[in-house]
Amino acid sequence: MSTSLVEYDEATERYDPVIGIEVHVELGTRTKMFDGAEQFFGEEPNTQITPVSLGLPGALPAVNGTAVEYAIRIGLALNCGIAESCRFARKNYFYPDVPKNFQTSQYDEPIAHDGWVDVELEDGTVFRVEIERAHMEEDAGKNTHVGGATGRIHGATYSLVDYNRAGVPLVEIVTRPIEGVGARAPEVARAYVQTLRDMFRALGVSEARMERGNVRADVNVSLRPSPQAPLGTRTETKNVNSFRSVERAVRYEISRQAALLDEGRAVVQETRHWHEDTQITTAGRIKSDADDYRYFPEPDLVPIVPDPAWVEEIRASLPELPVARRRRLATEWGYADPEMRDVVNAGAIDLIEATVVAGAAPAAARKWWMGELARIAKEQGAELGDLPVTPEQIGALQLLVDDGRLTDKLARQVLEGMLAGEGSPEEIVAARGLAVVSDEGALLTAIDEALAAQPDVVAKIRGGNLGPVGAIIGAVMRATRGQADAARVRELVLERVKA
Amino acid sequence: MSDITRLTAAELAAQLVAGEVSSYEATQAHLDRIAAVDGPVHAFLHVSAEEALATARGVDEARATGEDLHPLAGVPIAVKDVVVTRGLPTTAGSRILDGWLPPYDATLVSKIKAARLPILGKTNMDEFAMGSSTEHSGYGNTHNPWDLDRIPGGSGGGSAAAVAAYEAPLAIGTDTGGSIRQPAAVTGTVGVKPTYGSVSRYGLIALASSLDQAGPVTRTVLDAALLHELIAGHDPHDSTSLTDPVPAFGEAARRGAAGDLTGVRVGVVKELSGEGYQPGVLVRFEEGLALLRGAGAEVVEVSCPHFDYALAAYYLILPAEASSNLAKFDGMRYGLRVEPSEGPVTAERVMAATRGQGFGDEVKRRIILGTYALSAGYYDAYYGSAQKVRTLIQRDFAEAFGQADVLVSPTAPTTAFRLGEKLDDPLAMYLNDVATIPVNLAGVPGMSLPSGLSDDGLPVGFQVIAPARADERLYRVGGALEALLEARWGGPILAKAPELEVTR
Repeated sequence: MSTSLVEYDEATERYDPVIGIEVHVELGTRTKMFDGAEQFFGEEPNTQITPVSLGLPGALPAVNGTAVEYAIRIGLALNCGIAESCRFARKNYFYPDVPKNFQTSQYDEPIAHDGWVDVELEDGTVFRVEIERAHMEEDAGKNTHVGGATGRIHGATYSLVDYNRAGVPLVEIVTRPIEGVGARAPEVARAYVQTLRDMFRALGVSEARMERGNVRADVNVSLRPSPQAPLGTRTETKNVNSFRSVERAVRYEISRQAALLDEGRAVVQETRHWHEDTQITTAGRIKSDADDYRYFPEPDLVPIVPDPAWVEEIRASLPELPVARRRRLATEWGYADPEMRDVVNAGAIDLIEATVVAGAAPAAARKWWMGELARIAKEQGAELGDLPVTPEQIGALQLLVDDGRLTDKLARQVLEGMLAGEGSPEEIVAARGLAVVSDEGALLTAIDEALAAQPDVVAKIRGGNLGPVGAIIGAVMRATRGQADAARVRELVLERVKA
Repeated sequence: MSDITRLTAAELAAQLVAGEVSSYEATQAHLDRIAAVDGPVHAFLHVSAEEALATARGVDEARATGEDLHPLAGVPIAVKDVVVTRGLPTTAGSRILDGWLPPYDATLVSKIKAARLPILGKTNMDEFAMGSSTEHSGYGNTHNPWDLDRIPGGSGGGSAAAVAAYEAPLAIGTDTGGSIRQPAAVTGTVGVKPTYGSVSRYGLIALASSLDQAGPVTRTVLDAALLHELIAGHDPHDSTSLTDPVPAFGEAARRGAAGDLTGVRVGVVKELSGEGYQPGVLVRFEEGLALLRGAGAEVVEVSCPHFDYALAAYYLILPAEASSNLAKFDGMRYGLRVEPSEGPVTAERVMAATRGQGFGDEVKRRIILGTYALSAGYYDAYYGSAQKVRTLIQRDFAEAFGQADVLVSPTAPTTAFRLGEKLDDPLAMYLNDVATIPVNLAGVPGMSLPSGLSDDGLPVGFQVIAPARADERLYRVGGALEALLEARWGGPILAKAPELEVTR
């Protein structure tokens, strides 16, 4: 059965979409949520384990204090209240990647609750997303299904489980229903996840690499006939792991649900899977109220009671968050809004900031990173940050230009050398002999030679016709292999002719 | 049999220090005793002779070189099979863990190993500590050394029987609702359930996390105090473990043995006697009270009205926690794995087949009860209400301890019943623990010590209860009562037990 879809624009004309997003972030603590096993990405399977990670008989959890601190940091950055006391609970269900057959999570007592975060869309519109809660929990192990199609359990002949990830600390952030965004719902979803990703990095709580699954989003979508109508039945699309996919998955669900509603059919409350390859969602498990995880307070752990003084200490130590920083830098640098947005979208903000710190003027720094370097990165299909030059080197290069030792054209040649790994700007200038020829003696010699070679031109100039000066300058530049400052050459030529 | 096995742990420790006996001799003597009598008693599921002798030899060598040793170094010990021991089979009495060799030691085992007590082996128990008779073991029941046709109590019948039969001077038990104290009562031994958090639970295969506590199983109050001191202390691996320094329990026991209880207020819990208690049990209890009075204690009656609901609350909280704690036994990672005999072999079906075959009836009964009690829509009525009862019981204790320094009761309503007698009547079985359960629900410490024989010639237990973190009161009062009783009997009660037939 092929799924019918309604054109997106039509769908959002007829229906009001409401979204809700759950974001899981893996915390970058050295050890796991409840045990001393280290957690680094990409180690050999089942090497980062202890009796606790494996849920061996007799093993007990003990809370990782750093993880609690990170969770509080996230809560504070999201303008949440921090619970005076909160507990963990057990979420009971049988699955081989959950070694205890229950997940230790927070249920009715999250560590952070009732906050908000502003997200900015590409055109500068700001939406405020309300946060219901942020709670701590542990990650599950990772299943690999072997022998079936496309790695799914269906049809697999056997499955392997890697418990390295089991027990990795997670914070799950749950929004309240995001209403009133209309057709911009997909954009808002994307911008929200991106805002959180940037925030996690700024807070230093996670590397927040989407491609490693450090940040995973579940997107809930429902439609209703009008903003006044009660919320419609929602679907939850699980583990959408890139910004682009978040946007597309929401868009797809809006089109799909609209088609169902148009036909007078009901949306089924269920979890759905996003398929990167086909860019569609398909039905997963029916999510009914009959799901019973038999939650109860984790008796192996005592309540977490964060000292209010400690919470205030954490609040005071929060770094500037990305949105605030962008606004501050745009003012400091004198960038217009569209310029700043381009910089942000290109991921160049840190690079430019460091270049400015290294001594370049903000306008010059932007010109390098958004101009020449952006062009080169695009040619190579690379990210700006992956180019083999540092902001410090770009700053040093610009200083040479500012000092008049390089022209813009020469500076681009030096940059070539830098990208080719020939060394620092100074070294390349020396090795390639690229410095502006400012030795007037050498210049005058070249000028005299050029004038001597073209007496007719000299006569014209003396006659008041300055047009042919360019021919002399061209000859001088050729003679100096372009290393002369053309403006200075012109001055000297005129002095010489008049003398 | 060798005389060494008749020594208390404290006596043996003194002889080891004095060089009158070696740890190797002592350990070998107990291994010989196990070989001689454990066939019919069946206290042990696994005997670790080689490891024990190696430890003993090491202690003897260390002592010869003048190394500083723990006071109990070289004294052999038995460990209940619910406690995880690296490299020694650990089954918790369940077939589902058949063949599992743990890769780590429980914290209390690490302490025992650090103090260099030779571990004789692992003792039998009701499966996952669910039971009061050891008949629910997946590996056959243990027999009471006083009468092999009777139960040794449970769940820690193996540890109690091992100590009562002189197979070990010391043993480790665990007590969730009476599993240390009730077996002590019916075997004429001493058992202590410490304050919740006194002994680390890391490495105890959990039954009910909020109730479980490990403790000493011994023949004397002093030995219990010394062993408790050894295994207690804060453990960062157990978030519920107390951070207090470990009190000098041995000192308290010695002070108690002097027999002076002047100024000590002893509260008799009204609700823990009378109907349902064997007359012979009550007679011995009253006798104990008279001795305490004679030692200068002030005996008062206290009422704990909510104790009447303790059993009901316990049988909701325990199964609820157990249903979750036992979920991990699924054949996926360790222990028994059963593939379904027909149909597809999926993870879910392997889990079901493994649990169906690996768990015994009592375990299944409690998992089903607990799963039901935690289900959405029932949680408040069952688990929620039970937690409220628990709070009320804690308040009863708090009030009672306003009037008394320690509380006392018979440990169990009856002496040891016959094997099989209550096996098909779970409620009758559960009632054995009516006097011990409130202690676990409140997290307070409790001790059972022998208070003589009932008219059927079987041992009776006397329970002493103290406020949380006041375990030393158990040792002081217990030490006094023990001294007074032994003076009356002319020696330990176990001297009156019939000699076991030596089978080998």
